[in-house]
Amino acid sequence: MSQISRITQTFADLQASNKMAFMPFVTAGDPDMAATKAMIEELSRRGVNLIEVGFPYSDPIADGPVIQASYTRALDNGLKVADIFLGIEELDTDNLPPLVAMVSFAIVYRIGVEEFTRRARQVGFAGLIVPDLPGDEASEMAEVAKKVGLDLVELVSPTTPPERVERILQSASGFVYCISVAGTTGVRNELPTALNEQLEWLRTKTDLPLAVGFGISQPDQVDVLWGVADGVIVGSAIVRMMEPVSESRQSVDDAISAVGNFAASMVAETGK
Amino acid sequence: MNQTDTVTTATSAVPDDLGRFGEFGRRFVPETLMHALEQLNDEYQQAQQDEAFQQEFRELLRQFVGRPNPLYFAERLTKYCGGARIFLKREDLNHTGAHKINNTIGQALLTRRMGKQRVIAETGAGQHGVATAVACARFGFECIVYMGEEDIRRQKLNVFNMRTMGAEVRPVTTGSRTLRDAINDAMRDWMATVEDTHYILGSVVGPHPFPMIVRDFQSVIGREAREQCLAQTNRLPSEVIACVGGGSNSAGMFYPFIDDQDVELTGVEAGGRSDKPGEHASTLTFGRKGILHGTFSYVLQDDDGQTADVHSISAGLDYPGVGPEHSYWKETSRVNYTHVTDDEALEAFQTFARLEGILPALESSHALAQVFKTAGQRNADDIVVVCLSGRGDKDVNEVSRLLGQDL
Repeated sequence: MSQISRITQTFADLQASNKMAFMPFVTAGDPDMAATKAMIEELSRRGVNLIEVGFPYSDPIADGPVIQASYTRALDNGLKVADIFLGIEELDTDNLPPLVAMVSFAIVYRIGVEEFTRRARQVGFAGLIVPDLPGDEASEMAEVAKKVGLDLVELVSPTTPPERVERILQSASGFVYCISVAGTTGVRNELPTALNEQLEWLRTKTDLPLAVGFGISQPDQVDVLWGVADGVIVGSAIVRMMEPVSESRQSVDDAISAVGNFAASMVAETGK
Repeated sequence: MNQTDTVTTATSAVPDDLGRFGEFGRRFVPETLMHALEQLNDEYQQAQQDEAFQQEFRELLRQFVGRPNPLYFAERLTKYCGGARIFLKREDLNHTGAHKINNTIGQALLTRRMGKQRVIAETGAGQHGVATAVACARFGFECIVYMGEEDIRRQKLNVFNMRTMGAEVRPVTTGSRTLRDAINDAMRDWMATVEDTHYILGSVVGPHPFPMIVRDFQSVIGREAREQCLAQTNRLPSEVIACVGGGSNSAGMFYPFIDDQDVELTGVEAGGRSDKPGEHASTLTFGRKGILHGTFSYVLQDDDGQTADVHSISAGLDYPGVGPEHSYWKETSRVNYTHVTDDEALEAFQTFARLEGILPALESSHALAQVFKTAGQRNADDIVVVCLSGRGDKDVNEVSRLLGQDL
């Protein structure tokens, strides 16, 4: 498939106008798929550039307490993978920012690598991130994703040695997910200074856009990444805004509009 | 992994460089852990070749753990069953009362070799936590043990022991608040601390190289048993029986016998209350191939790949996965896996105590239940070796509760 992917196109357009991508993360089915669909549409209206959709998993070792708690809430409500696919299928994904599925390989393997990938493409996802499928185990998955026309996003961490980075990049497409800190997802006040050096080095190794995630929670963290990263990812800070809903302290609509306001403040920084 | 793998004869020459036992094993972990795993693997390969390291390990097993422990002829048990001659591998006589310490001493040596000063571990019932706390006290390492909030409540004695030995017991409040969540939290800790911290995983599970390292350190059980059996009876056993949760005592027991094709190997899983999902922990009997805790093995999970709830009377067998080498042994039919129920294990616990004057751990009682079921069908020329993986002192609260007796 020589056609340019939607993810690639999105980053190319942003780069052409000298902007960074803002990519929020939402947990599918927290508290239900109707809310997730409304959230995706709200984020789109607020001008975000890509949206990561997290598939709740029972044992998410890369995730911190906020995202894990949201996964537990969704699973306790009986959410199934089929529900996520059905919900996404009902969206007009051609007119939304590219959706990227964040999903454990435990789920992908159980459903079947081929079947999961095909179905994800069919319902409108543009790419996949499989955080527990490191680069050297990903070649089969990368082949299948390529065949059906999905990007397979690979992760690079601060602990990844240079020779591993080069191996990992071989199966990567879409963008490179640069983990800012050694550790799990979650809000942190500062980004490590070594991050910029790694991003600059990565830039010499790949033409793929570089998106930074883990630990980013506020617009003023975007500044230090100008010129070195092509996009920023925010997860826990957004997922945390859904917590009052589960505790019945806030309506779904109010929580979604709070997320929308936050997204707009991020886009104001990344898109300036 | 999707191509049809030809099932061959099991060999002891596994895993390969990628951590594969046949199609099982490998590494399915976040990228942040990959460097630590490669570093551990490199260090372990060097330690294996290092005679001084091996010598120190053997010496600690002798002087600190109290090895070799006996291969003991269970005379009254043999008479009671009325068939094969039954021998017990007495891991219950080790320091800390179980096999877990073989592994924690070995990994503590690795920790020191890597120049790390901080150790983390997970624990369910607390046996591995205690064995890790003991090893860390012995070597002067900082020790943090992740333990489910539920388990902390149920295992106060082991929590006290760990704290007395200077370990910090960190409650795990996520998910099911038991062993599998403790493993998740330990891995999360490790991702943020890999530079100065070693994770002493307690069973033959998790990503490569853990299943290999833990098996190797535990295989002292099978090596001793094999030599002792030859020395005491002039022959190899007809059958070797061990219980299987994650599978560390059984892997250590079976591994030195893998290439002895005439020795039957039997792994006994926790059958729990019934065969219904959620009521047992018989991963190899009822599970299917999948991913859990960074390895590809048999696992109990639903149609979406979500880990299933499990149950066993024995906290040490209460785990929804199993080591990848066991899956390999199942797939190659080298080991026969079966299961016994909570009730059968509880009955074996009591009968065995009266026959032999030894209080067995509830985990080991599963292996003993299998002996009660099958040893009588063998003839008197046969030899059955059972791994008595631990002593039952830790279980007296639970057993007395189940029997309706006040302590």
